[in-house]
Amino acid sequence: MIKYRALFRIRFIHTLQYRSAAIAGMVTQFVWGMMEILAFHAFYQTDPTAFPMRFQQTVSYVWMQQAFLSLFMLWFFENEIFESITSGSIAYELARPMDIYHRWFCQSIANRSAKAVLRCLPIFAIAFLLPAPYRLVLPPTITTLFLFILSLLLSLGVVVSVSQLIYISTFYTLSSIGVRVVVGAIGEFLAGGIVPLPFFPQPFRQIAEVLPFAAMQNVPLRIYSGDLQGLDAIRSLLLQIFWLIVLFAFGKWWLKKALKRVVVQGG
Amino acid sequence: MVYWHYFCIHLKSQLQYKVSFIFTALGQFLGSLTAFLGIWFMFTRFHQVNGFRFEEVLLCFATVLLSYSMAECFGRGFDLFPQMISNGEFDRALVRPRSLIFQVLASKMEFSRIGRLLQAVLVFFYVIPRSGVNWHLGTIVTLCLMIICGSIFFSLLFLVYAAISFFTIQGLEFMNIFTDGAREFGRYPFSIYGKQVLRILTYVVPMAWFQYYPFLYLIGQRTNPLWIASPLVCLVFAVPAIWFWRVGLKNYVSTGS
Amino acid sequence: MIQVEHLSKTFRVAKRQSGFMAATKAFVSRETTAIHALQDVSFTIQEGEMVGYIGPNGAGKSTTIKMMCGILTPDQGQCLINGRIPWQDRVQHVKEIGVVFGQRSQLWWDVPVIDSFDLIRDIYQVDHPRYQKNLQELTALLDLGELLKTPARSLSLGQRMRCEIAASLLHDPKVLFLDEPTIGLDAVSKIAVRQFIKRLNQEKGTTVILTTHDMQDIEALTQRILLIGKGKILLDGRLDQLKQQFSDVKTVSLDYTGALPPLPASVQMVEETHGRAVMKVDPHFFSVAQLINFFSQHVEITDLAVASITAEEMVAKMYQEYHI
Repeated sequence: MIKYRALFRIRFIHTLQYRSAAIAGMVTQFVWGMMEILAFHAFYQTDPTAFPMRFQQTVSYVWMQQAFLSLFMLWFFENEIFESITSGSIAYELARPMDIYHRWFCQSIANRSAKAVLRCLPIFAIAFLLPAPYRLVLPPTITTLFLFILSLLLSLGVVVSVSQLIYISTFYTLSSIGVRVVVGAIGEFLAGGIVPLPFFPQPFRQIAEVLPFAAMQNVPLRIYSGDLQGLDAIRSLLLQIFWLIVLFAFGKWWLKKALKRVVVQGG
Repeated sequence: MVYWHYFCIHLKSQLQYKVSFIFTALGQFLGSLTAFLGIWFMFTRFHQVNGFRFEEVLLCFATVLLSYSMAECFGRGFDLFPQMISNGEFDRALVRPRSLIFQVLASKMEFSRIGRLLQAVLVFFYVIPRSGVNWHLGTIVTLCLMIICGSIFFSLLFLVYAAISFFTIQGLEFMNIFTDGAREFGRYPFSIYGKQVLRILTYVVPMAWFQYYPFLYLIGQRTNPLWIASPLVCLVFAVPAIWFWRVGLKNYVSTGS
Repeated sequence: MIQVEHLSKTFRVAKRQSGFMAATKAFVSRETTAIHALQDVSFTIQEGEMVGYIGPNGAGKSTTIKMMCGILTPDQGQCLINGRIPWQDRVQHVKEIGVVFGQRSQLWWDVPVIDSFDLIRDIYQVDHPRYQKNLQELTALLDLGELLKTPARSLSLGQRMRCEIAASLLHDPKVLFLDEPTIGLDAVSKIAVRQFIKRLNQEKGTTVILTTHDMQDIEALTQRILLIGKGKILLDGRLDQLKQQFSDVKTVSLDYTGALPPLPASVQMVEETHGRAVMKVDPHFFSVAQLINFFSQHVEITDLAVASITAEEMVAKMYQEYHI
């Protein structure tokens, strides 16, 4: 466990080094959030009754989505992991006394958390102070906040588990680009990254809500904004736990299989 | 001409990696497909926004998509410029007797961007007959200008991106607001985002001149034929962009890599 | 002709700290240190000379080369190459120079080498007859025949280096900069490259500036050496003169039959096996002729070899003496 903490620390410090990247990232996300909200606002003004969530809820959804983007984004990959697989240097990793699946998992979590911590604070600082109705608001009860945090952690686990599967698939395809882009695009969409799931027309919405992608950003964001409450929230949390266990276990099994057939590609 | 020679060498090079090419193109296509689906889902609920119908909005979407993918295809050299600096390729360009901007442009052409391009073309095929636009010489020229000037404009944004990388490799994400941002938010006519945003996009980063104002002419909200030439206004951006590149180059040459 | 006068250059580098608190502090403020890469560097190189530019890593070699190529501007000082200032007249200057960066390739990776050559011809606007002639010559001299149809990524390092050198000569440059051209090459390729460069210099009068850590390159190719250390030119002279200046000590290898007598003072035994003795003698105190005479009186000499200090030893001594 000490080794994992060390990795975590190194990642954190590493990310802190890149000051301008952090600032640029914050500004980018703020602009993104603002533009999305303005677009929703335009739709809201056209027809408020057709809105499946309250406008305030949509605003909270967007801001929290931006604040924790590095936790949710499937696009976020560790290039060095891909390179170590395609170049074959992964073989050297087998000599180290660490379980590779766990090591990748911790690496991803550490990297994403470091970025999230850096980015969420400034976004909160500004988003809480904006004029209504563009403002981010706190959830109504402590229970909601607690459920949100729990769901957030679970969704982080699901996101990383899915990205692990993508890393593992590289053992078979050698060129990671295809899988990355395809799963990234589809996953992003079905997780509510382009348009929140409640906005999906009916048959699509029901299908999307049971897929593992919905266990990513969809659940925590909707819990926070108040769209998912009470029993519905608990049910979604359980679904998250289910997907997390399934994906994690499958990933570990698959990695073991893949390592057995490691093909070392000369440089 | 030398550029054609570069084009052939890139094509030959990339066709060797057929699988990777196809997958990247596919991924691109899916990426823009999900954007399209997003718009479609919204419109099944709302039927119109700010007075614009679904087909009209699609005109904006397809224009931006097509311009962006052409810029990505041919202007990729600037997008990947930080890499060119860090692996020494730019030093090699400095030692060759050709214009630097030309060499950077010619250094990368990514034909896999054809995925997004294809999506854009498909949307155009769908939307052009349905958009209710009166297609005569004026509107056709307008649409062509929108696309061409849009591509050049995006390439200019990439040029600024490359110029920034002369100074710092880390702050580049900032530029993505305009490149990726334009692509993402350009899916709706820029007026949707409110007066302030429209003003910025008219006077500071003149994107509205190829996406919004000529668009109004296309759908008939403006009738003065002068609007046909409006996309050309965004090309003014070339002046500050090239100036910034020169400043960056001077800085690079005096501080080394 | 190359004229370098009083070139100076200082770089500012950001300091990176370790540890969590230091990283957070660095987030807010940045400290920099100054690195004096070049301090008042001056030298002149005539047309057709072949010069070895040596020095330890970080001494300022690549900084000087970059300035001569026109890639870097100095803080102070002047440089004229064939009447031009490299960084001011970039396009014209660059038409007349060829550069080989040892570790970075100028060939396109996935296409046959000849395709890269053709594109380079277009970039440099070499007219067809001249290109054909150069291509034929270079192919013959560097034995490129089969390699031309192979993509660069499939070539071995030795093969690639030969192609790199050819690529940089397609446009008949007057000056050739070689940055570590034999690094990583096998013995056969190294010899081939050295022979080619020597021939190029002799037949075409191309000025060659070679940076290398391989002293055998120096021995084989250059008559003149420029030693740079900590940003300053420490030595500038002919190789054989420098060797003499640094050490006259000769190494004598003797094969003999019989019993070896005790050595006179000022003769040092380096290696002794049955029937063979390797000794060092300083001719100021005991000439080689005297040494041979001395031994022939005590043993029967079957073989004898006399060698001067090698370039490697000389450079090691230089580094020591100048504390670099």
